[in-house]
Amino acid sequence: MESPILAIENLTVAYRLQGVWLDAVREVSLSVNAAQTYGIVGESGSGKSTLVQAVMGYLSANGAVRQGKIHFEGEDWLNAPRRRREQIWGARLSMVPQDPLSALNPALTIGEQIAELVRRHAHLSRRAAHARAVEMLQRVKLPDPEGVARRYPHQISGGQQQRALIAMALASPELRLLVLDEPTTSLDVTTEAAILDLFAELQDSHRAATLFVTHNLGVVARMCQRVAVLYAGEVMEDAPTITLYSMALHPYTRLLLRAVPRIGDPRPLQAIPGRIPSLRQRPSGCVFAPRCAAAIELCHAQKPPLERAVEGHLVRCHRWREIAAGSLRLEEASAELKRREMQQAEIAFFEQLFSGEQNGAQATVMRADHVRVQYGVRGLLGRLLGQKPPFRAVDDVSMRVLRGKTLGLVGESGSGKTTFARSLIGLIAIESGEAHLLDMPLRGRPRQRAKATLKAMQMIFQHPEESLNPYRTIGQTLRRPLMTLSGMSRAEANRAAAELLRAVSLPADYLSRFPSELSGGEKQRVAIARAFAAQPALILCDEPVSSLDVSVQAAILNLLAQLQQQHQVAYLLISHDLAVVSYLADYIAVIYRGQLVERGTAESFFMPPHHPYTEALLASIPLPDPKARMRRIRLTDDQPSNIVPSGCRFHPRCPRYLGDICRTQAPPWQRDRQGGYYRCHIPPDELAALQTEPEG
Amino acid sequence: MRATARQRQTQPLQIVRLSMARRGRLLRRLWHDAPLSSIGALGVIGFLLLALIGPYLTPYNPTANSLSERNQPPSLAHPFGTDNFGRDILSRIIYGGRNIFALTGSATLIAVGLGLVIGLYVGYLGGWLDQIVMRLADALLALPSLLLTLVLLGALGNSRFTVLVAIVILYVPIVTRVVRSVVLDVKTKAYIEAAEIGGESRFHILFREIMPAVLPTLAVEGALRFSYAIFLVASLGFLGLGVARPEPDWGLMVSEARDWYALSPHILFFPSAAIVVLVVCVNLMADGLRRLLEYSEAD
Repeated sequence: MESPILAIENLTVAYRLQGVWLDAVREVSLSVNAAQTYGIVGESGSGKSTLVQAVMGYLSANGAVRQGKIHFEGEDWLNAPRRRREQIWGARLSMVPQDPLSALNPALTIGEQIAELVRRHAHLSRRAAHARAVEMLQRVKLPDPEGVARRYPHQISGGQQQRALIAMALASPELRLLVLDEPTTSLDVTTEAAILDLFAELQDSHRAATLFVTHNLGVVARMCQRVAVLYAGEVMEDAPTITLYSMALHPYTRLLLRAVPRIGDPRPLQAIPGRIPSLRQRPSGCVFAPRCAAAIELCHAQKPPLERAVEGHLVRCHRWREIAAGSLRLEEASAELKRREMQQAEIAFFEQLFSGEQNGAQATVMRADHVRVQYGVRGLLGRLLGQKPPFRAVDDVSMRVLRGKTLGLVGESGSGKTTFARSLIGLIAIESGEAHLLDMPLRGRPRQRAKATLKAMQMIFQHPEESLNPYRTIGQTLRRPLMTLSGMSRAEANRAAAELLRAVSLPADYLSRFPSELSGGEKQRVAIARAFAAQPALILCDEPVSSLDVSVQAAILNLLAQLQQQHQVAYLLISHDLAVVSYLADYIAVIYRGQLVERGTAESFFMPPHHPYTEALLASIPLPDPKARMRRIRLTDDQPSNIVPSGCRFHPRCPRYLGDICRTQAPPWQRDRQGGYYRCHIPPDELAALQTEPEG
Repeated sequence: MRATARQRQTQPLQIVRLSMARRGRLLRRLWHDAPLSSIGALGVIGFLLLALIGPYLTPYNPTANSLSERNQPPSLAHPFGTDNFGRDILSRIIYGGRNIFALTGSATLIAVGLGLVIGLYVGYLGGWLDQIVMRLADALLALPSLLLTLVLLGALGNSRFTVLVAIVILYVPIVTRVVRSVVLDVKTKAYIEAAEIGGESRFHILFREIMPAVLPTLAVEGALRFSYAIFLVASLGFLGLGVARPEPDWGLMVSEARDWYALSPHILFFPSAAIVVLVVCVNLMADGLRRLLEYSEAD
């Protein structure tokens, strides 16, 4: 057996915070071989970034390796002198970071940056280095590599930036280890899929070992041969990917896999209660025990060892034998835990509080007709000063949202989905078209709107960090809408606020807390409570879970579903994540470049015919199942957003491009057999036939 | 364990609402990192106390001449000596400090208050109002401060009140600008949008939702303005403006002492030292405030 490229032995990394050393990574061992892709999965706070930094030798000044060894190609890497490290960095050890824009130097062209690296290690001439840079850009499949080499980072799209970074990381012919730190997290799904393809393809040629760090279980399933699951700084389970996904032995892994929404799977998500313990609060027993449904006394008292269950399958749990034998069923254990939680929630009181009122009885809660929204409208002065021309972010969108139902609006970044929601609620002006909420026109800024209109529509924002005022207690935040919109007295509002908290499963003593004392998931619960405070008929949910960890995300999605059932509120759920939308939505609409391209019921949505864009979206989602065979439909990179394509807006990227008709004529809406609508020149039967054909 | 961890996480920027323990912790850290800042703050407090209770401690009238005791060097009876009219310099410094605190303190407070309100409104409302107000502010900022004050003193008469008006006019645009920049940042946050959607009044949004975020920065800016105001008033006093003889005024004392410094340097030294020490102390205090905010933000 050949020796591993990277061997980490019993590594403990700690940070010094206010005079105390706190372990962020504890006793991690793993080894990565040549041509192997090793996945590190973990939620935020799991220590995966710290691990990456330790491997790269980039630990911050207050961090230090307290114990253990890292060998890189058999060489002691931790104690390597600076000079030696500089020889290895960029030559034999490279990294692709999460945020491409901040990793590139804005003052140098892409070509210069890659050439600089090549020259440093390969001692080539300026000209040869440039040629090598262009060659690398070509290898990462950037169209027009010569042109890209001449451009500055801000002049190319996010996907192209990431490609350029990959080119840089692979530029050295001696590359032995490639560290990928969430390389696709900041990208759209279609771009992500293309980048993952690229990795898979390049892996075959460069034969280097790869350490792939991510929180996305779908990405791991696609990319990695072996996975280590990290939780609170410790490896919980370490196994070949196929084994891990089919017969995980650790409760955390099992729950995590059940917490991911999957398309077409209506089963309730398995939320994991609680949150990752902070560095200061690491339990002395098993780190997962406080959140584990199957925890017994031993788990709290004693840290389980990392045991070898089968050859190549390591697990850190006291009860793995019972799990392996099937005598311990986690699903049942956690259902019991959940029942206990529900009783505490005393939902009945909450219902009683708000049962009196009905927000109109119509089936249609919100109706939007031909809504257009423009950004950057110039005044006369602006025009004279040469401001940029306005950009139409939403162009002719019509939709209906039914009472108590969820309409999922799916689109990638820049598609206009958030702008549309913001125009409904008055945070940006509607240029033309009409929108009505329960027959009340939606017009003007919130200030100009009637109380009843404001009351009937609320919004949940994407970033929980920003949606609560850090200077106001949770109580102050929740009381305001109750007093302003529902006209309660202070005392009534106080009581109702406590009930709201209870309804979102938070204890009432949170009323006196400040947002900084809450976790991201808890903040989002408070934001949900605030949205429900006014008893709206419609809530706009703008990416409500996209900034949350998988386990927390599941809990929030379940909460939204449960509250909807109780209060018959309608949701307009905006998300880039089709799996999230498919979990909650009754109806789904897809938006591309400001226009709807497909709409229909959630059941029929996942059956052909699809709009070609939807088809590409569906084919791009990394499924949390290593055996899943994906249809490979990849889109070319998007054009800059200020150029609006003629005819069908999707035609420059469309894999089913017909010809001139797509370029010149806007496609009509077509109705398929299941009652869904899509906007394409290809008739439904033909399209369905194309899409059900097995891949040749 | 849990409780202490919670306390550490308590919302940082509201120094007013912090627990005593946490306040103590922050102050100790400040003392450790930048002892000079703490000393500066103590110095300012010392000057303030002196201005408040000093007049009851000193046995001398600051304007009483005593021709028999002219130009006395420091002694037990007159710790800072006497000037060429035989007036006790310590008493004059104490009373002068009182005047300077009253004048610059009230002027700074008014300027900070006005700047806060204007900054909140123009920052939040934006649009043409913002454009007009900020261009006006630019125009005011373009004028040299001493020149503007001289013009005002000429137009409105040479009095302390005119100096106060001048300081307010000079500093409102500066404070407005600082407040506005914070507001521009805060108003894009989702919680402000949530308040708008919640049907909140403009007053509530400005003074309850946005203002708390402005206060920390404003405190630092206010302290800085205060030190500049002291400097300005001393400069004016040196030019004999804004004060009527024989009132004790630090700047005026320095100016008067010029003729005598070769003979009795202490007459020049003590008022000059008072100005320098106070201004340095206030600046150190402002720096300390800034550090405290950084700590609590970083926590």
